[in-house]
Amino acid sequence: MNRPTLTALALAAALGFASATDVSAQALTVGVGGNITSMDPHFHNLGPNNGIAQHFFDRLVHMDERQRPTPGLAESWRATDDTTWEIKLRRGVKFHDGSDFTAADVVATFKRVPWVPNSPSSFAAMVRGLDVTVPDPYTLIIKTPAPRPMLPIDLAVVNIVKGSNVEAPTADFNAGKAMIGTGPFKFTGFVPGDRVTMERNDAYWGPKPHWASATVRIMTNASARSAAVLSGDVQIIDQVQTADLPRMRQNQAIGIETITSTRLIYLHLDQERDATPFAFDKATGQPLAKNPLKDKRVREALSKAINREGITRQIFDGQAIPAGGLLPDGMYGVSPNLKPDAFNTQAAQALLRDAGFPNGFKLTIHGPNDRYPEDDKVLQAIGPMFTRAGVETQVVTLPWATFATQSNRPTYAYSLMLVGWGSDTGETSSPLRALLATVNPDAGYGASNRGRYSNAAMDALLSKALQTIDPAAREKLLIEASEVAVRDYGLIPLYYAVNIWALRSNLTYQSRTDEYTLAQFVKPR
Amino acid sequence: MTVFIIRRLMQSSLVLLLMSLLVFFGVFAIGDPIEIFIAPDADQAERARAIAALGLDKPIWEQYVMFVVNAVAGDLGRSFVFNIPSIELILQRMPATLELAIVAVALSVVLGVPLGMYAGYKPDGTVAKTIMAGSIFGFSLPSFWVGLMLILIFAVELGWLPSTGRGEVGTFLGIHSSIFTLNGLKHLLLPALNLALFNISLVIRLTRAGMRENLPMDYVKFARAKGLSKRRVILIHVLKNILIPIVTVVGLEIGSVIAFAVVTETIFAWPGMGKLIIDSINNLDRPVIVAYLMIVVLMFIVINLVVDILYSILDPRVRLGDMGK
Repeated sequence: MNRPTLTALALAAALGFASATDVSAQALTVGVGGNITSMDPHFHNLGPNNGIAQHFFDRLVHMDERQRPTPGLAESWRATDDTTWEIKLRRGVKFHDGSDFTAADVVATFKRVPWVPNSPSSFAAMVRGLDVTVPDPYTLIIKTPAPRPMLPIDLAVVNIVKGSNVEAPTADFNAGKAMIGTGPFKFTGFVPGDRVTMERNDAYWGPKPHWASATVRIMTNASARSAAVLSGDVQIIDQVQTADLPRMRQNQAIGIETITSTRLIYLHLDQERDATPFAFDKATGQPLAKNPLKDKRVREALSKAINREGITRQIFDGQAIPAGGLLPDGMYGVSPNLKPDAFNTQAAQALLRDAGFPNGFKLTIHGPNDRYPEDDKVLQAIGPMFTRAGVETQVVTLPWATFATQSNRPTYAYSLMLVGWGSDTGETSSPLRALLATVNPDAGYGASNRGRYSNAAMDALLSKALQTIDPAAREKLLIEASEVAVRDYGLIPLYYAVNIWALRSNLTYQSRTDEYTLAQFVKPR
Repeated sequence: MTVFIIRRLMQSSLVLLLMSLLVFFGVFAIGDPIEIFIAPDADQAERARAIAALGLDKPIWEQYVMFVVNAVAGDLGRSFVFNIPSIELILQRMPATLELAIVAVALSVVLGVPLGMYAGYKPDGTVAKTIMAGSIFGFSLPSFWVGLMLILIFAVELGWLPSTGRGEVGTFLGIHSSIFTLNGLKHLLLPALNLALFNISLVIRLTRAGMRENLPMDYVKFARAKGLSKRRVILIHVLKNILIPIVTVVGLEIGSVIAFAVVTETIFAWPGMGKLIIDSINNLDRPVIVAYLMIVVLMFIVINLVVDILYSILDPRVRLGDMGK
């Protein structure tokens, strides 16, 4: 429905005609692309829901715009030994109904999180196994069964609700009855599929929002969002589509904010089966008896056959960054030594020759066509690049609903696939654990390891890191683990997505790596 | 007539059962919805918990039997994504779609019938030719493109109307609708026009064809010979006769406009049912998909029934009792 050419046409004609926005009105309207499904902050662990909850609720630990932990309702936290954390709570914080926030509310929240009925994806893992004691109303002592260095980051997604709502069902939150938090805005209404409305919490403990009231409108169609910000109906939109960017840039009334996100788009390769279902002999068309993707030289060849610069320039107008590792440079646990493989078809051909495929082979690659921006185009571009290197490639793209269920356990239907990974934790243990660790349900490792990559050395480094409390020592282990996995081509990194916001030029927004669009951080210029 | 209606209802419940069976197993065949809902970084223990919480760990036939038993009691299950009973979820969205559909269909009749009658009455005039040429655009231009153009011209460029969304909702005689406020009407105009465009053209063409067919008929000459005014002949006698095909088509179009307004709803960010069903399909939210399709089937059955009854009123030669045979 949103063919780029048409939008381009529409927007091109629209230049300069948009009306100005009145900042002094103190009412903000935001257009978001994600579909917010519930107000209950513990019901569905889903980006859009977690984003909207940050308007009304606080967490013990907050994540700043670069996903670094900062004090929230907790003023400080420290590990007193390997399995004990002491958390000091902020004093003088009030809920929206005027009552005081204390440790009892945290305890009640931890009780509610695993309780929420019918949750399709809960936050239970974040508070699993915690033994909480409350020596005084502003101190929490948390014992964990094993060393848990990630605890503060886990707690950064658990929104603290008022203790008396410990057994409030999801419907009470949607209706507003239980929407009592400590956050910068008070809830005033939710119309599913349409909008969420709020007003400023004048008693907020942190920096107060500029806006007396705000409306978050759910606009899942990218062209509709663009038209709405151009006409001034909304003042800021997220997930701007690449095709609209050049015209928005030329429009004086519109400003653009961008930031490299923590979302990595990568290729996963079947490295488990001895014969993989979609690799065929070039001459006979029969399936290959031996899975070529198990040979590191083949994986390296495929990586070198990809022109990452070309993809990010041509398909994304520069709004994507070629990737050589699991997260962008400068984030926690990222190795400075991992650079994107240079595009080199000859080197790829030589590697294939060494691996025993002088004439290459045939391959079918799979990916979604409605999940990530331009995902199908990227896959269509990679096909010919592989073919040029000698691996005759056919591209199949599918709707995410089909692709996601077929590509993971128990079917693992594909041989080579394009997938994306956004690191909610803002550090590398998240992709290492979910995508690259050997599949192990008991330990919770490899839950999205669609290629079933397995490397004992990497597993050992990762599990040691996840038991190491000292931040510096842990980061060293994570860097080492990333290097081992990426140099072994456990997956082939392609690029990091860029988050793009468009807003009226009299406003500013501190762009965020986690993609959230938060009204409290939209400010007049 | 009663026998006719009873027979219709029996056929309908069979259709409903078949529909639920097809959709239930069809959605199951696509794949595991948990893979779509679950936070990607959830571990396997959390996945197992979610599967059990949504009852997806039971064999599919057992899930279906449970569904049918509950459905007979009026419970079509809870949405996996919203945790709201799917019927309630659909009914929440229904007013928005209904007002859009009703205004669109009203527009198509109010504009389509007079224009079509004029075009049929003076088929060789410039005005008639312009109307007919315009109607070709009406049903050949893709509605998503027309929608974007409407937004571009009236919202972005001229700034007369809001670009997207539903406006303020007013209350009149206990009915909540954005038709009752000025702000609501402003929001409604563009999407309703976009949705109506195809139907306006359709009605124009049907009406014109009816006029051309009826004007040379004996009853028209007879009425004129009897001394009735031209105005009366056309507005009473001819109109009544050409209305039969129009009622049929408009009736069915109400159904499809309500059920499949998805393109317009998406472009104008209109919080209706069309948007809901597309999102639910993408999420494999089975309870909502099944409930939605059951409601749509029911709606079409009712509309067809009403059309049949209207027929017999407009044309006494039609006897409903015979229609079931």
